[in-house]
Amino acid sequence: MTDHVVSVGVDLLAQAVADQAAPVSQVDWRPPLAGTEDDLATVALDPLRGAANADALERVLGVQAVLVDVLPAHEAVGLERGEFLHAGPPIAWDRASGPLRGALMGGAVLEGLVDTPEEAAELFEGGLHVRLEPCHHRRSVGPMAGVVTPSMWMFVLEDPATGARTHCTLNEGLGKVLRYGAYSPEVLTRLRWMGEVLGPLLQQVVRATVAQEAPVDVTAILGQMLQMGDEAHNRNRAGTLMLLRDLAPAMVSSGTDPAQVAEALRFIGGNDHFFLNLAMPACKLALDAGRDVPGSTMVVAMSRNGTDFGIQVSGTGDEWFTGPAQVADGLYLGDYGPDDANPDIGDSAITETAGLGGFAMATAPAIVRFVGGSVPDALATTRRMQEIALGENPRWSIPILEFAGVPTGIDVTRVCRTGILPQINTGMAGRRAGVGQVGAGLVNPPEEIFPKALTRLAALTRERAAATTPS
Amino acid sequence: MTTDHVEVRSGVYADSVTLLQVSRQVQQVPGVATAQVAMATPLNVEVLERMGFALPAEATVNHLVVAVRLEDDASLEGARAEVERALADGRRQVRGDHEEAPPRTTSAALRHDPGALVLVSVPGPSAAVEAMDALESGSDVMVFSDNVPVEQEVALKQYAASRDLLVMGPDCGTAVVEGLGLGFANVVAPGPVGIVAASGTGCQQVLALLDHAGVGVGTAYGVGGRDLSADVGGLATRTALARLDADPSVEVALLISKPPADDVARDLTAYTESLGTPVRLALLGAGRPDLTAATEDLLHALGRDVPAWPVRGETRAATGHVLQGLFVGGTMKQEAELLVAAAGVEGRLVDFGDDEYTTGRAHPMIDPGLRLERLAEVVADEATGVVLMDVVLGHGAEEDPAASLAPAIRDVRPPVIVTVVGTAHDPQGLERQVDALAAAGAEVHLSNAMATRRALEILGGVR
Repeated sequence: MTDHVVSVGVDLLAQAVADQAAPVSQVDWRPPLAGTEDDLATVALDPLRGAANADALERVLGVQAVLVDVLPAHEAVGLERGEFLHAGPPIAWDRASGPLRGALMGGAVLEGLVDTPEEAAELFEGGLHVRLEPCHHRRSVGPMAGVVTPSMWMFVLEDPATGARTHCTLNEGLGKVLRYGAYSPEVLTRLRWMGEVLGPLLQQVVRATVAQEAPVDVTAILGQMLQMGDEAHNRNRAGTLMLLRDLAPAMVSSGTDPAQVAEALRFIGGNDHFFLNLAMPACKLALDAGRDVPGSTMVVAMSRNGTDFGIQVSGTGDEWFTGPAQVADGLYLGDYGPDDANPDIGDSAITETAGLGGFAMATAPAIVRFVGGSVPDALATTRRMQEIALGENPRWSIPILEFAGVPTGIDVTRVCRTGILPQINTGMAGRRAGVGQVGAGLVNPPEEIFPKALTRLAALTRERAAATTPS
Repeated sequence: MTTDHVEVRSGVYADSVTLLQVSRQVQQVPGVATAQVAMATPLNVEVLERMGFALPAEATVNHLVVAVRLEDDASLEGARAEVERALADGRRQVRGDHEEAPPRTTSAALRHDPGALVLVSVPGPSAAVEAMDALESGSDVMVFSDNVPVEQEVALKQYAASRDLLVMGPDCGTAVVEGLGLGFANVVAPGPVGIVAASGTGCQQVLALLDHAGVGVGTAYGVGGRDLSADVGGLATRTALARLDADPSVEVALLISKPPADDVARDLTAYTESLGTPVRLALLGAGRPDLTAATEDLLHALGRDVPAWPVRGETRAATGHVLQGLFVGGTMKQEAELLVAAAGVEGRLVDFGDDEYTTGRAHPMIDPGLRLERLAEVVADEATGVVLMDVVLGHGAEEDPAASLAPAIRDVRPPVIVTVVGTAHDPQGLERQVDALAAAGAEVHLSNAMATRRALEILGGVR
């Protein structure tokens, strides 16, 4: 006797099995996203897909991210005067949103290219002496506007097994900060202090941990912070404190003026999001290892520039599939409301791409209300993300889900089949340049980008089939 | 004499409670003297050293140490396997069903229910995707859906063949797998016959006749109507025959199909001759035995008596000259068509289960509406000499087909002959259905071939 059946489709046929007293589980099947049937079948039957996805996922799960250095961006990623990195897929000034413009203007003043933010606007409108490029194109990620200028200090993360590296700036804190598009004097003053004091101190300290063969293992801290209520996107409190724990001894013994050490400790400890800028490049380091596997349908980057939401997929190289960024649904600071919010912005959705943030919502009940949900919603969100993930990450596990690993490796085909969109936890920037943060909430990618990626995957599948079929 | 085995793993993290449980499970493996699986915290390192294990210097708090002391080296594999199993168990999700949303894809369902047989009945364009989920998870799959492109069928079956899995279908209406009926399936007793059928209703006809003869069927695999075509090449038929051959309860295998493509037939003959179990063929085609004759042949091979196939009710004489055949079973229609053509009679035969009638609506075995509409038209047609129909019982089919069909044939002008394909234990009640139709004036048969010959005989009376 066949002891159990999974039925997908007609209820009556499942009922006929149940009538024979055989256990049957019924799939809650619904039609796929409009117009995707043929491409889904083509990709499902691609002989490369299964092994390619297994390979891509295994590569991602195998990466260990270690903090090996802190360097100015011109050294870390070769950024030259006049070059600016930004979050999201490629974009020019004319389509850039308020917060991205604000951050670029502040960055131009910081670099001394202009004296005032107003002059900066003219500089970017002229466009002759400036160049914009996505962080992702320089093995980097940036939260919110993600603007990086040559003098900004960046964390350097490395996978010891391969020597691969990724980078991210130092986190400025919340509220009126450059990454949310603010460029007031206080913002620039903080950035200058980070450049003159915090960056060099962290470089010295991180190099000391490396010399002592005890570098900060970011991947391991992520595993522990998930068990302490952080989901590593909107909550990084435990991670930040563990980082302080790992760095404080070397900071104290660095020989730096104790007053400056105290200021640095206070700054890091007072900024619950400080660790976000380590979580993000750790996620990127892992996902970069999963890139360029022919036939793989795994998403390797989700990213927004405040105007467009873009994804990149392992099997389609560096191509971006883009659609309009959405406005998050959530809670607002002070008097701000939905009209003040800019559409989704930032490379920080790299955390969700790697299984953290919204995907790990179940482990962060402390913040579910902040992003407008309940604890059962949080559990349901992580379980829902399991539907669109290729697998789970055994070293990032969630206690309340019986230590299930976080859902990892977003599968373009499963998104198109189920219509379940990746859930992203995010901060909200003000729509106008210069405002800063206005709230935080939940957001999804625009649905259309997944069928776009699927169409390309299917075209590549057909090309391969045509190339191997004798004519 | 014991040996120590110490392994340091990076990139793995589990909490200490889980690891204590893992350690305890590994300690219970035969041949293991003692074991400790722990993160290399200073405390744990001290414990391990006190136990006498030598730890490599690189072990830090972010490493998992697996330390096992073996009484004999041969136990290492067992101990390692237990470590993996216990670690995986520690991560397993144990969740109450009530709080979970149902799975949205076949692969998600199989994550909770590994090894289940998968039954796919989603619309044809989406069927291959769900079927592939099943195969990738190592499950056999029955694809009930029709309108699946043949190249998708070939791709699925090639993948399955390379992994020793079975794809039943697409357009597989009927299967009985180790006693469990799937799709439209009759309730049959276990027995010495195993069936591989490219035709659902053909299979059901044979199940019904064998049941009447007192012979059971343990397994009847469907393979879909195209399996023995040149495109597909009998990929599923081979796997299904191999399964039956490996089943000691199967004394004789019966293959029900249209005649295969020539190349396929040659390969298939060579293949069946290589099997230990005799394979008899029921290949429905012009000049070949009908399904009833093939079933009789099978009964002879088993050394069983051939019973008289039952007939109930009496019908009127015909006045028109056309044989109107209204079928829900594709093979029933095809079998009748061959006999009608051979008799040189004008026949208008329709299969309401054909793709052109089922796109966007349920199969006529579930929804009789379309056929009843056509019935009303043909009985009013002066040219109609006799109406020939089938009623298929079993799991999946409508609850009480006679309830709508009996009133529709009562007091009509032309004679009506019905084949009721069913077994004594089918949920609709074979006797009850036959009684109701006979009472409404139909002549009711169990054998479709006999019913067709009877219809031809009635028409012969007016020609």
